[in-house]
Amino acid sequence: MASDPIIQLLGVGKDYATEAVVVHAMKTVDLTIERGDFVAIVGQSGSGKSTMMNIIGCLDRPTRGRYLLDGIDVTERSNDARAIVRNRLIGFVFQGFNLLPRTTALENVELPLVYRGVSARDRHAWALRALSQVNLADRLHHTPNQLSGGQQQRVAIARALVTEPPLLLADEPTGNLDTRTSFEVLGLLQQLNRSGITICLVTHEPDIAACASRVVQMRDGRIRSDTHNDRPLDALAALAELPSDGADAVVTQ
Amino acid sequence: MKSFLSAVRLALRAIGRSKLRAGLTVLGILIGVAAVVVVVALGTGVRQKVLGEISTLGANIIYIFPQATNASGAQRDSGRLTEADGLAILKEATSVAAVTPYSSLSAQVVADDKNVATQIMGTAQSYWAVRDFKFVAGQSWTDSDELLKAKVCVIGDTVRENLFGERDPVGQYVRIGRYPYRVIGVLAKKGQSPFGEDQDDRVLMPIGSFRARIMPTTPGRVHQLMASATDARTVDRAVMQVEQILRQRHKIDPDDEPDFVIRTQAELRRSQEQIFDSLQVLLASIAAVSLLVGGIGVMNIMLVSVTERTREIGIRMAIGAAEGDIMVQFLVEAVVLSLIGGILGLGLGLGLISVLTQALGWSMELPLSAVIAALGTSGGIGVVFGFFPARRAAQLDPIVALRNE
Repeated sequence: MASDPIIQLLGVGKDYATEAVVVHAMKTVDLTIERGDFVAIVGQSGSGKSTMMNIIGCLDRPTRGRYLLDGIDVTERSNDARAIVRNRLIGFVFQGFNLLPRTTALENVELPLVYRGVSARDRHAWALRALSQVNLADRLHHTPNQLSGGQQQRVAIARALVTEPPLLLADEPTGNLDTRTSFEVLGLLQQLNRSGITICLVTHEPDIAACASRVVQMRDGRIRSDTHNDRPLDALAALAELPSDGADAVVTQ
Repeated sequence: MKSFLSAVRLALRAIGRSKLRAGLTVLGILIGVAAVVVVVALGTGVRQKVLGEISTLGANIIYIFPQATNASGAQRDSGRLTEADGLAILKEATSVAAVTPYSSLSAQVVADDKNVATQIMGTAQSYWAVRDFKFVAGQSWTDSDELLKAKVCVIGDTVRENLFGERDPVGQYVRIGRYPYRVIGVLAKKGQSPFGEDQDDRVLMPIGSFRARIMPTTPGRVHQLMASATDARTVDRAVMQVEQILRQRHKIDPDDEPDFVIRTQAELRRSQEQIFDSLQVLLASIAAVSLLVGGIGVMNIMLVSVTERTREIGIRMAIGAAEGDIMVQFLVEAVVLSLIGGILGLGLGLGLISVLTQALGWSMELPLSAVIAALGTSGGIGVVFGFFPARRAAQLDPIVALRNE
């Protein structure tokens, strides 16, 4: 397979200066993620996985090293340039959904297009399409507090998809969801991955990581292991095997 | 334009979510704008009223008062103005159209069973022209009345009302002191003078009659001279001529203080305008302070809003909002908030003005420039006091903002 990296971290590290000491949240990390891959970054809290995710997502700047996103060196770009990068190249899915409260699903999904300067009519059409993709075409005018957790996360995924970014970053996307809904959401992510979008997912749950085709394990700010999974778990198949009252069922490996 | 409209819509929605809070903030601006607007309108009203009163004094009028002076430590006799001075002025000053002598005294006037205290004035026929008085009934006295010191008088409207009510006063008699005087004319109503006196509360008679029976003084001596310039443009020249003539007649060296003072309507108007200008600036500044306080309220509430919506700001940044986008969002919100206050304040101000207009009977007007200034200022307050909170929002670190609960 010819190498076509979408993410290249070259000797990237991140230090935080607290009052007394400098914390090396991320030591020197080299990581390349190929286009179209489905990568899970796992590790305990404090392992540096969130720091790495923030750097990959252009939300944070590395203290050292270089970061190439889609071939563009974004390390030293201005805040505004990075905002454009986030808008065009990256879709974010968070653990807490992070939808705007008191704002309808449709408006939430339209939001990234507002910052891209898309006309109202196109915004509406694109948002409608993205919401249909996550099977929420019948919940357009519901506000987040009228939606279940799984539905909220699907709105968030639609919002991440609407700009058709090449990269989708998911930070503990199933952290607030029950097992059944987690697999639903993961199934959706796998489906999107098959359509060509690169997915990078942070989790500390092994059965979620099992759905990815590559697992990068972090510990103490370094990559501890990096394994390819030739036969990732099919989330929808796993969902089908759950007991029907499986809201509280636990999946064992 | 479209994105601006959607920014305004977004701001209105955000404001609508905390109506009570927004309402109280708006109230601060509202009161400030209303105060400024009412003060400005009151200012124009008072100004018009007083300038109107000044114009009742008669156009191009020049007042000449005697003034006590100290020469070589000894106080000279004050009140050296005479009728002869007036005649000299009329004869020699080319820019003076008319001169009239004037003396006055408060006294009781009796007609039948009615008895009022009023101002008795001794003057000459030229007075009507100089002070621009018209007759509504009867007529002026004549030259021979002046020569003979006749017991005749002309009364003002207030005196007519108090003494005669609905009756026709012409031909009736009034008694002042020991002597009866025949009323031969009634003056048209003129209203209040800028000095606060009722210009219709007076009884006028030839100055000779006045000196003979009302207030015995040295022959020819007058309390005041009033002159009128030939034209509004010649007032200054007339003043110079009067000064020159009087200095000559009173034998006052060019370097010495004269024993008279000359005042013109234009001077009076200028000094009144100056008073109003400074008064208005003072009042408007006080009103502006309340606008400032309102602005601080806007800033306060915007800071609260930014803090409350930190997470929202983080979300917006994560999905691609640039710092400028966040900045504009909060600035527009602040401006919309204060503009609502401005518009409502303007409405309240206009309401108060119409109530005051009716209550005080002044004609007040709010110049368009003041309306624009009120709205502009409130918008400006939004920008100025919204800037700091908006910048604080825009400069949030997206990671910190997203982590905020």
